[in-house]
Amino acid sequence: MANITTDAAKPERLQLLRVLGPAHVWALGVGIVLVGEYMGWNFAVGKGGMIAGLVACWVAGLLYTCVAMIDSEVTSTVAAAGGQYAQAKHIVGPLMAFNVGLFLVMAYTMLEAANAITVGFLLDTVAGMTGHSGLHQQPFIVLAIMFLAWLNYRGVLATLTFNLVIVAVAFTAICVLFFAIQFGASDVPLDFSAVTEEPLPYGWLGIVAALHFGLWYYLGIEGTCQAAEEVRSPARSLPYGTMAGIMTLLIAATLTWYMCSGLIPWEYLGQAGTPLFDAARVTGSVWLMVLLFIGTIFATLASANGCINDASRAWFSMGRDRYLPSWFGAVHPVYRTPYRSIVFLVPIALIFALGAPLDQVVTFSILSGLLGYTFMTFNMVMFRRKWPLDTIKRGYVHPFHPLPTIILLILCSTAFFAVFLGYGTQLIAMMCFYIVASLWFHFRRYQYVRRGDQFTMPWPRPQGY
Amino acid sequence: MAYEPKKQGLAAQIFDVVTLLVLTVGALYVPLYMGLAGAAKTPNPIENPTWEALGQNAAEQRQWEALGITDPASVNDMITARFDYSFSWAALIIMIVSVVGYFVLVVRLSDREYREVLDERFGSKRKGG
Repeated sequence: MANITTDAAKPERLQLLRVLGPAHVWALGVGIVLVGEYMGWNFAVGKGGMIAGLVACWVAGLLYTCVAMIDSEVTSTVAAAGGQYAQAKHIVGPLMAFNVGLFLVMAYTMLEAANAITVGFLLDTVAGMTGHSGLHQQPFIVLAIMFLAWLNYRGVLATLTFNLVIVAVAFTAICVLFFAIQFGASDVPLDFSAVTEEPLPYGWLGIVAALHFGLWYYLGIEGTCQAAEEVRSPARSLPYGTMAGIMTLLIAATLTWYMCSGLIPWEYLGQAGTPLFDAARVTGSVWLMVLLFIGTIFATLASANGCINDASRAWFSMGRDRYLPSWFGAVHPVYRTPYRSIVFLVPIALIFALGAPLDQVVTFSILSGLLGYTFMTFNMVMFRRKWPLDTIKRGYVHPFHPLPTIILLILCSTAFFAVFLGYGTQLIAMMCFYIVASLWFHFRRYQYVRRGDQFTMPWPRPQGY
Repeated sequence: MAYEPKKQGLAAQIFDVVTLLVLTVGALYVPLYMGLAGAAKTPNPIENPTWEALGQNAAEQRQWEALGITDPASVNDMITARFDYSFSWAALIIMIVSVVGYFVLVVRLSDREYREVLDERFGSKRKGG
């Protein structure tokens, strides 16, 4: 019978490999998120109309710029697998870290499930267009998740190099579509009459409601921090990779809104499963359709790939710290990956990918992400208070503190209200889940945790303690 | 003296993981099965729908055709459907209390655990602590 002491002692000797550079960090961040341009963001248009979709795109961009600024400072200083989880452990405390670990696992696993659903939906759509309607989506969903889990199992360098290539293709596809439309490759011209004729079908409330799915443009960029223990130079690579990622996404998001809003009626766009592919269909160009089909498939695979990478690192970190059974804290003796965590999360992703509607899965992911961003606000304030700038060496110091924190808190509060408008039940259900899980951790699970091991950074005692 | 955690058997480890799994799956599927999940749009279809009656100009009609939709009646529901954003203030207050209460609970309990961690890592500052 295994127990914690014997289980934990052996796996901790093996470390994750430090093989990644800034380009891999960029690929991890953008790879997870770029799919948000290929699907999901357009529900924001459905929630508030064309203008609301654009405002949501930029407001969410501002929110994520704050997230990237804050994250770059804290992660470049707390360079450990688990990203925000490790931050919470050192700055707020074990229970917060457990919750942040769950936010990450839930957000990424749900995003992975949403990606797999999209792969199945797209293949079904294309099969229908070629006269083979009625395709069974489930085998493709299972195959996508299993293949990517296998890739992650075999090694992080190969996984993220694969991501680098397919993300570059998916991003290029968006740019090619944009230039092709600009140079007249579309049979149907861009038309923005809905912007003037029906700018805000739900009024200003629609703009707030649209922020719910506006987050989907960028959700997961904070995942760059998960690779902190596998990056050669965290203090340099993580801020560069993250900030380059958010800039890439801001450009891609704006281009995406412009093309889709100009080519697709907003009523259709607001509920479309694959909006960029649909925009390519409207152009009437077969080669653009093929390109955007490839782009959509690559974006979803890259995102699911990054999600498996990140969720497994968070789960692994919690296992290593005994917040979860320490069996999960093992590193593969040959591939040096958190293989048990990778395998364990596969069936969970499948449960959601095969059994829940896309908008529910997306909402579940967004809510977990939103809770994580809310945590970042007070985490940043506590970090600066407990260790002022001159007390520890930081890899990066973000400017204008506490302005990004205040903006982030205001935008998070607005986003909670946006989710509440229509998805209030899920929000309450999710809060119940996290409250029960927190009580379970504090009153049951924490007895198995070694106290002193929870603080591993070479920092002085925090001020005020 | 450093805290020595309890040893946990395999069965108890499995029980802990299953507990988390049940909570996770329940949080998504219970609202779904109870029919409380999601914001459904309510269609307001019009009689004898034409593209013009549905508010679609010539350019938009070409876009619909390019998407393979030539019959306006087939998208009557899609075009006329709208969300209902009315809400109850009581539900909003419950939402605010649950989110704020959750973070207060977690931060306070975390702080208690954090002090134990620091005492073990850096040595206790308090007598008897």
